[in-house]
Amino acid sequence: MSFGHRRGWWIGFLLAPALVTMAVFVAWPMLGALRYAFYDFHGLKIGGFVGLQNFVDVLGEPPYRGWTYTALWHNTIVFVSLMVLQNGVAYLLAFALLQGLPGHRVHRVIVFLPVVLSAVIVGFLWKLFLNPLFGLVNQALLLVGVHGPPWLGSEYTALGSLILVNTWHWLGFSTLVFLAGMQSVPAEILEAARLDGATNATLLRRIIWPLVAPSTTILFTLTFIGSFNWFELPYVMAGLNGSPGGATDVLGLYFYRTAFGSVSSGLQDFGHGSALAVLMFAFVGSCAAVALHVLRRREVAL
Amino acid sequence: MFMASFHRLARKAALAACFSVVAGTGVAQAGDITFWTWRQEDRAAYTELFRDFTRANPGINVKFEAFPAETYNTILSTALAGGRGADVVQARAYGGLEQVAKAGYLVPLDIKTVPELGNLPVEALAAESLRADRQVYAMPYASQTLGVFINKAVFSAAGVSVPETWEQFLAACKALKDKGYIPIANGTATAWMDEVFTGIFTNPFLGPEFVADIQAGRATFEDKRYTTALSRLLELRDYFPPGYTGIDYATGQQLFVTGRAAMFAGGSFEISNFRKQNPKLDMGFIAPPAPTAGAARYVAKFFDGGYAVNAKSPNQADAIKLVRFTGTKEYGDRFAALLGNISPIKGVVLADPLLAEVAKLNEVSMPYIMAVYFRFDSPTGSELLSNGVQKMLGGSATPEQVGAEVTQGIARNYPPFQKK
Repeated sequence: MSFGHRRGWWIGFLLAPALVTMAVFVAWPMLGALRYAFYDFHGLKIGGFVGLQNFVDVLGEPPYRGWTYTALWHNTIVFVSLMVLQNGVAYLLAFALLQGLPGHRVHRVIVFLPVVLSAVIVGFLWKLFLNPLFGLVNQALLLVGVHGPPWLGSEYTALGSLILVNTWHWLGFSTLVFLAGMQSVPAEILEAARLDGATNATLLRRIIWPLVAPSTTILFTLTFIGSFNWFELPYVMAGLNGSPGGATDVLGLYFYRTAFGSVSSGLQDFGHGSALAVLMFAFVGSCAAVALHVLRRREVAL
Repeated sequence: MFMASFHRLARKAALAACFSVVAGTGVAQAGDITFWTWRQEDRAAYTELFRDFTRANPGINVKFEAFPAETYNTILSTALAGGRGADVVQARAYGGLEQVAKAGYLVPLDIKTVPELGNLPVEALAAESLRADRQVYAMPYASQTLGVFINKAVFSAAGVSVPETWEQFLAACKALKDKGYIPIANGTATAWMDEVFTGIFTNPFLGPEFVADIQAGRATFEDKRYTTALSRLLELRDYFPPGYTGIDYATGQQLFVTGRAAMFAGGSFEISNFRKQNPKLDMGFIAPPAPTAGAARYVAKFFDGGYAVNAKSPNQADAIKLVRFTGTKEYGDRFAALLGNISPIKGVVLADPLLAEVAKLNEVSMPYIMAVYFRFDSPTGSELLSNGVQKMLGGSATPEQVGAEVTQGIARNYPPFQKK
């Protein structure tokens, strides 16, 4: 037996546990969901084969059609807003922390602190803070004579409130990723730029931005996947129906209540639910792959 | 954000939980049977009820196991589909029951094997039957009534008398508001409560005839009667708490039990919870106001669920004994006393005066329409209506739009509406 052959067996032996685990717990359920999407369901009992009907329903038949596109639109808003708010602010914050001003270590910890809380706790806390009657936010606004709106109850502010809370929760993570990227930029490059008279703004735009491209790639991809799979925060703060009146409905909530039922109806519809899951997976997977490919190309090796 | 990994973790945890549930508690020992419920808070009461059962049936012990309400149906049907699950399971009613029973997971009950079914009224049994063949699958355990809770102390402090007609109701609300109380504690932020709210206040305007017309396909929810009834709800908006669109179910309950609000529109299932939160609360439960003086004040009524036997249970004989026991008057009396719910069993004594009041209101009742008739197919009438009413009360939909949306959504699976 040749060395290479034995090596092959050895590698196979080491890979097997991981592969089996992946196959059983990841690939198999996913293939299952794919199959379910083509069937009619009575509860968990599988009914007849219906071809593409479930997909046609969720994409083209009212009332599903409206729900699908509204949810997708909301996810898109969430993604764009988070890119600007969460990652944009994080970029500036990371640059500020990079300066090493007095107290920057404490600040770094403070900025990162909310990240360690679970989404359920964050959602619950902020739901209390935003309560129109005794919530912290409106009480504080009242001190300066402003009557705050019912943040989570108005269709104009509900989704925005959720986005801000999410930003509060994850800002520290984005900041840390950018900070790590900035710290790996060689100091002599920054010094040279400064000697040439570059201002902070120029530095941020022309020097650091292209050099932290790997961080941007990571954050873009994670924010994309996170935005389109958003579930915990809206679930805790707005409920499965995306209150008020579907103003905070996102694909995650829509999928969950379709497949598993909501409070007012224990009705489960695995067929349409699986069709939604498959569409979400295909959408997020393909977009993330394309984005990753494009973003990787702009990364420069130092 | 970055929830991808959290998501995966959560999913794995859920899977693991399902497995341990299924593997760990599937089959009990001989002489022991298991009971599954979504009511963790009822553990103490059930422990007593099951002790009574064991006394009457020596050698059979019942093991109580509870699961979270939101995921109960999923856990139950997953377990049952895998040939596991408890011997006796608490099943929901109407659409929730049909889903589990239609798949053949439950033992059909009949008067020969379970003579105690005869102790129950027909409408209670209908709630635990399949629509197609009227076969009963579970022993109904409670009816729920939707109406208006009033804080008697607040009413008398404000010098307001309890209203009977719609006009009196609005006048009472105004008087309470002028005295600085929040007239109605409910907000609209929790979607399913919007359906409850609608069920309570629209029923007297609709009447049983409307329900018959809906069933026969003579009317849809676009009917003038329905949209007019919905538009009545808009008149109540002035009497909700400030910022009511952001007031959720829990906040509404708090406003009522602390006496900041005078009324709470809800179900009889709140009684024991309200008492626990404020034992001194002097509350009453009234029917919704009548459209005109002397007209009927229909409360909305539905059945909660029932006890069913797992078709794959190895202890079926013992399980049937337990279900038979839950159909006796003795069980009904104890159930009502311990859990503060109305047992539908004939002749049950309601020692609690408030429960007795609710039972009296049940004499003039109508079905809670969406729950009773439109939770069988997806999308359910309940989710369509709660979503629509939430928008309507928030000011972004008209009663006509809500009626049209609900009708269109239901028509997908409801032949009587398809002719229209």
